[in-house]
Amino acid sequence: MYTQGLNNHDATANDTSANSERFQARIDAEERIEANDWMPKAYRRLLIRQISQHAHSEIVGMLPEGNWITRAPSLRRKAALLAKVQDEGGHGLYLYAAAETLGVSREELVDQLLAGRAKYSSIFNYPTLSWADIGVIGWLVDGAAIMNQIPLCRCSNGPYARAMIRVCKEESFHQRQGYEITLTLARGTAEQKAMAQDALDRFWWPCLMMFGPPDSDSQHSDISIQWKVKRFSNDALRQKFVDATVPQAHLIGLEIPDPALRFDEATGHWVYGQIDWDEFRQVLAGDGPCNRDRLAARRKAHADGQWVREAAMAYAEKRRARPAKLAA
Amino acid sequence: MCLMKSGICEMATTSISIAETPLVALMLERADDALILGHRLSEWTGHAPMLEEELALANMGLDLIGQARELYTMAGIAEGCGHDEDQLAYLRDARQYRNLLLVEQPNGDFATTIARQFLYIAFADPWWRSTMASSHPTLAAIAAKAEKETAYHLRHSSEWLIRLGDGTEESHARAQAAIDALWPYTGELFEPGNPDLIAQRVCPDPPTMRVAWNRTVDAILAEATLTRPSADGILRGGRAGRHTEHLGHILTDLQYLQRSFPGATW
Repeated sequence: MYTQGLNNHDATANDTSANSERFQARIDAEERIEANDWMPKAYRRLLIRQISQHAHSEIVGMLPEGNWITRAPSLRRKAALLAKVQDEGGHGLYLYAAAETLGVSREELVDQLLAGRAKYSSIFNYPTLSWADIGVIGWLVDGAAIMNQIPLCRCSNGPYARAMIRVCKEESFHQRQGYEITLTLARGTAEQKAMAQDALDRFWWPCLMMFGPPDSDSQHSDISIQWKVKRFSNDALRQKFVDATVPQAHLIGLEIPDPALRFDEATGHWVYGQIDWDEFRQVLAGDGPCNRDRLAARRKAHADGQWVREAAMAYAEKRRARPAKLAA
Repeated sequence: MCLMKSGICEMATTSISIAETPLVALMLERADDALILGHRLSEWTGHAPMLEEELALANMGLDLIGQARELYTMAGIAEGCGHDEDQLAYLRDARQYRNLLLVEQPNGDFATTIARQFLYIAFADPWWRSTMASSHPTLAAIAAKAEKETAYHLRHSSEWLIRLGDGTEESHARAQAAIDALWPYTGELFEPGNPDLIAQRVCPDPPTMRVAWNRTVDAILAEATLTRPSADGILRGGRAGRHTEHLGHILTDLQYLQRSFPGATW
C-alpha cells in the first residue's frame, strides 16, 4: 500500500523485558499507545517508517493528479480536483504531525524523501496521460487506499489511528468522485469510453501491486500484525479490493484487463491472473516510468522554497526581538 | 431572452458569441478575473515552498474558482442565450476574455505570486464589500460571500508580503522586484465602470476604490520595508480583450479538453 516498501521483521519482536510484556498486553487488550507511553524502539521505528512513507505518498501523490488541474474539462471538475489534491496535502500534514509524536521532525522525514532514502507508494510513479486517469485514480487508487486504511483506524498507535479516521472519510469521498468521473466517461462518447478503458488498462495492475508483495514472500510472522499496526495480510486486502472493484467495472461497461479473471462460485471470490512482480520491484527500486520526475519535482519545490522558509524564520526572529513595535 | 440575431448563437465546436450588455460584461470581467487568478494559483499545486502554503494557495484558488462559477452562471442568465458557466469559461477566445492583465501574469517565484495576489486583492476586497450593497440582488449575494473570502486573501497575502519584505536580504530583493514588475498593471484596476450600472447602483465605480487601495498598499509596503514605485500603472487592455501573451497559453491548457472533444459531457 502506501507503505508497501516496509519490511516489518525485527529482532526486537522477541524482546522479553517486563516493559515489552506490558506493552504487548496493552496491545492485546486493544489499548491505544499514545505519544508519552513506553514503547519498544522497534515499534517506534516501525511506526515512523510506516507513517512517514504514508505521508510521503500523499505528497508525491499530489503530482500525478495535479498534472490535470489546469486542464480539467469543466469548472466543477476543476474545483473538485483542486480540492481533492488539497485534501491529499492535508493528509500529508496530519501524517507528518502524527510521525512527530514519535520523536522525529517533519524536516528530517522530508530530507529522507528528497535524498531518496524513503519510500512512497509505487502507484505514483505511473504517469497521468489523460483526463480519464483522474477518474480511475480516484476510483481505484483511493479505493485501494481505503481497503488498507480502514483497518488502520484501529491501529494500536493512537495518533496514527486518529489521523486515519479523518483521512478515510476524505478518501471515501474521493473514491466515489473518481468512480463518478469514470462512469461519466464510460457513458459518454466512444472516444470518452475508450479513454476510460485505456486508463483502467494502464492502472489496474499497478493498483493490485499497491497492496505489496504476496503473502507467500513473507515466511516469518509479521511483527506488524502482532503489534496491531496491520490487521490483514497483503493478499487478503488485495482480494477484498478485487472483489469490490470487478463488479463496479462491469456495471459501467468496462473490461478488467486480465484474461484470467474469473468468478469462483465455490469461494465467492474473483480469481485474478499473475501479477508482474518484476515490474513492481523495478518501480520500487526507482526505475518506474516517473520515479525520477516525481523526485525531481519534489526536490525542485523544496529548493525553490528554501529562501521563502528562510525569510519566514528571519522575520519571526526579528519579530521576537521587537515585540513592542508589532504589538502596537 | 437571447439578444443574438440568430436563434442558434454558435456551433458547439467553435468559440461562442456573447451578447454583451453592460451587465453581462461586468459579470464576465469579474468572473474572468477570478477564474484566471484561481487558475494561476492552482498551477502551484505540488510545487509550493511549504506544505502549509500548498493548502493556502489551493484554498484561495478554490475561493476564486467558486466566485467565477457563480458569476458566469449569473452572466449566462443575464445574457439569456442559455450559456452555462462552462461554455462561458471554455468556449471564449482570448480576445473575448475581460480579465485584468495583472491576474494573468505568470506565477514567477513565490514573491511574485504573493505580490500579484496582494495588489489585486487590495482592490477586490473593498470592491466586493461595497458591492454587498448592490441593487442587483444576485450580485449582492455573491459579494457577501466573496467579501469574506477576499478578506482572508488580503490578510494572507499582506502577512506574506511583510514576511518576505522584512525577512532576509534575498527575500526583500525578490519582493521588491515582484512589486516593481507588477506595478505597471495596477492602473487597470481603476478603469471606470459603465456609467449606467454605477448610476443604478449595481456596483461601485472602480476609481472610487483608489483611496482604500492606496491606504492598504502604502501601509503594508511600509511594514514590509518595501518601496512603492513612483510611476503610474500604465499597462491596460484586459477589459477590452487586449491581453498579454500569457493569456493564450492559459486558455490553451484550460480549454484543451472542451476544444478537443466538442459537445462531450464531462
